[in-house]
Amino acid sequence: MKLHEYQAKSILASYGMPVPRSGVATTPQEARDVARHVGTPAFVKAQVHAGGRGKGGGIKLIESAEQAEDVAASMLGSRLISPQTSLTGAPISIVLVEESLDIEYELYLGIVIDAIAQAPVVIASKAGGMEIEEIALEHPGLILREVVQPTVGFRAYQGRRLAHAMGLPSNLANPVADQMMRLYKAFVDKDCSLVEINPLVITKSGQVMVLDAKMTIDDDAAFRQPDMPSLRDWTQEDILEAKAGQAGLAYVKLDGDVGCLVNGAGLAMATMDAIKASGCFPANFLDVGGGAEPIRVAEAMGIILADPQVKRVLINVFGGIARCDDIAEGIVRSYLDSGKELPLVVRFLGTNKDEGIRILKEAKPDTIFVDYISEATKVLQDITIQ
Amino acid sequence: MSILVGQDTRIVVQGITGKQGTFHSMQMLEYGSNIVAGVTPGRGGVKFNEAVPVFDAVETAVRELGANTSIIFVPAPGAADAVLEAAASGITLVICITEGVPAMDMIGVLSYLRGSNVRLIGPNCPGAISPASLCRVGIMPSEIHTPGRVGVVSRSGTLTYEAVNALTQFGIGQSTCVGIGGDPLVGTSFVDVLTMFEDDDETEAIVLIGEIGGNSEQEAAAFIKSGGVSKPIVSLIAGQSAPPRKRMGHAGAIVTGKSGTAEEKIRALSEAGTTIAPSVESLGEVMKQVLRGSTA
Repeated sequence: MKLHEYQAKSILASYGMPVPRSGVATTPQEARDVARHVGTPAFVKAQVHAGGRGKGGGIKLIESAEQAEDVAASMLGSRLISPQTSLTGAPISIVLVEESLDIEYELYLGIVIDAIAQAPVVIASKAGGMEIEEIALEHPGLILREVVQPTVGFRAYQGRRLAHAMGLPSNLANPVADQMMRLYKAFVDKDCSLVEINPLVITKSGQVMVLDAKMTIDDDAAFRQPDMPSLRDWTQEDILEAKAGQAGLAYVKLDGDVGCLVNGAGLAMATMDAIKASGCFPANFLDVGGGAEPIRVAEAMGIILADPQVKRVLINVFGGIARCDDIAEGIVRSYLDSGKELPLVVRFLGTNKDEGIRILKEAKPDTIFVDYISEATKVLQDITIQ
Repeated sequence: MSILVGQDTRIVVQGITGKQGTFHSMQMLEYGSNIVAGVTPGRGGVKFNEAVPVFDAVETAVRELGANTSIIFVPAPGAADAVLEAAASGITLVICITEGVPAMDMIGVLSYLRGSNVRLIGPNCPGAISPASLCRVGIMPSEIHTPGRVGVVSRSGTLTYEAVNALTQFGIGQSTCVGIGGDPLVGTSFVDVLTMFEDDDETEAIVLIGEIGGNSEQEAAAFIKSGGVSKPIVSLIAGQSAPPRKRMGHAGAIVTGKSGTAEEKIRALSEAGTTIAPSVESLGEVMKQVLRGSTA
């Protein structure tokens, strides 16, 4: 789960990391009031779950409180399109108004979980302000890494080592290392899978400040992160993906017209691959998971049918823990609810296959049953021709 | 012989009284797996299925009944603890089925296990099965497996069943099938399992099923290329149609850079000399040709 910049900064501030004076606003009037309070010049920053905001016009310098109001009016309610958003962009419903600083150094500071090192890795670079992907491409030598030994955590010497390697004057090594340790503590406490401070700045007066922050929290840790539900902004996600997420389903919206319901992530991907290889296009990825009860399947099917792009539906279930009769029942429920007459191609295998087929045949007699994925994709092609 | 699980496997089921634990323990017993005990803290003293003793702690199962392999169905909040308990109690093979274990928990577990003689498979995996010894330590449907000489290793669950089914339908049996798990942080890698298959006399050829995300397939390819595996390998990669930066169900299945794409993985495995199967249903036929070629 991603957090907004203002949410991440408020968490980091609670760990003693200095952040610029700022305030959030949801109306232009509020933005004007905040700007008065913060002082001008200041920046108005659109709060969306995507990077590249500057390039998309989501960060604007303002000289007066009145200008803050105008800029906020143009941002709020609109959608920000950046290199990292979808083509339709991300909705802006909150802006952050933040003081402008005199900057001496701009650093990059991040922590990720590295699957190869099987440990958290602290990443630092003196080329802050650029996207880390760009630094990696253009100046790979400027990316520094410190692998954290999880039982002892990130240590001060590692922070000083990074500070020295970035070429910072030695009087800054301790304060920067101190910030890194605070960041690491927040990372662990909040079960982050990623935090990025880009840039971490050092002002002309020598103060270290978090100028921009990104934070992603491990969804699997939701059970011990009680603040997660209140920090979640579903409006930043695709509406069907958000609905699926709320129902606990793994769903990804795609651009094709073949709705797919599959059990198991690997099989779901392989099914999408087969559809694409046959010249058709999947409308979604959807894994209903293991012990899929009828109500869960009905919810899943409902999400597929709610996608206006879906013109035909493929069910591919390898019954194991999941039972084909449960799946069939769920499908029937949502098809009846939706009132849609979309063609349905079904491949059932394994647990209670025959019962599943019987249930579907009875409720939707025109269902096409197949034994193989290759057969299913052929049938789907024929449906297009009609 | 087979790898990881076989006739010497003495299983303790952690979380045996839960819904998933109960269901799959019954299935494993029906298949013929040797479950010597179950563990559910607080429920010690009862019998599972009127035959299998349930203990409060794994160490009792090890001490009194010689358990050497654990399978974990404990829900995610307690899964890391269950792995650590098994490892600290003398279990040498821990298979963690549980899905959704927090990454930070796994970081701690993997750090603890490094350098020990305990092997962890998973988490978020279907487990392992060796059909010839009727030993199933996992959640895969038993009936699709048949004894034979092809080893299967995969990051997926249902896709592996589909693959095994395709092999069995072509009369190709399996020595051992292992699911290593769909998370980015797992205890056992493709390279670990390939090494075991290479050393296993009963395994003649290998099926490797990978998917988008991470670079464990590239590691496997580099290992194969360097001469680590001499046996023929057929590989299949899922997720060619997946869009970038989207998590495809599995926590590990997300393309974040060039190396995570299906194309890169297929290229690496192809350059390493493995045969690429175009689809899961073609696996049986492709493997049949590969086996024919290797004996000719």
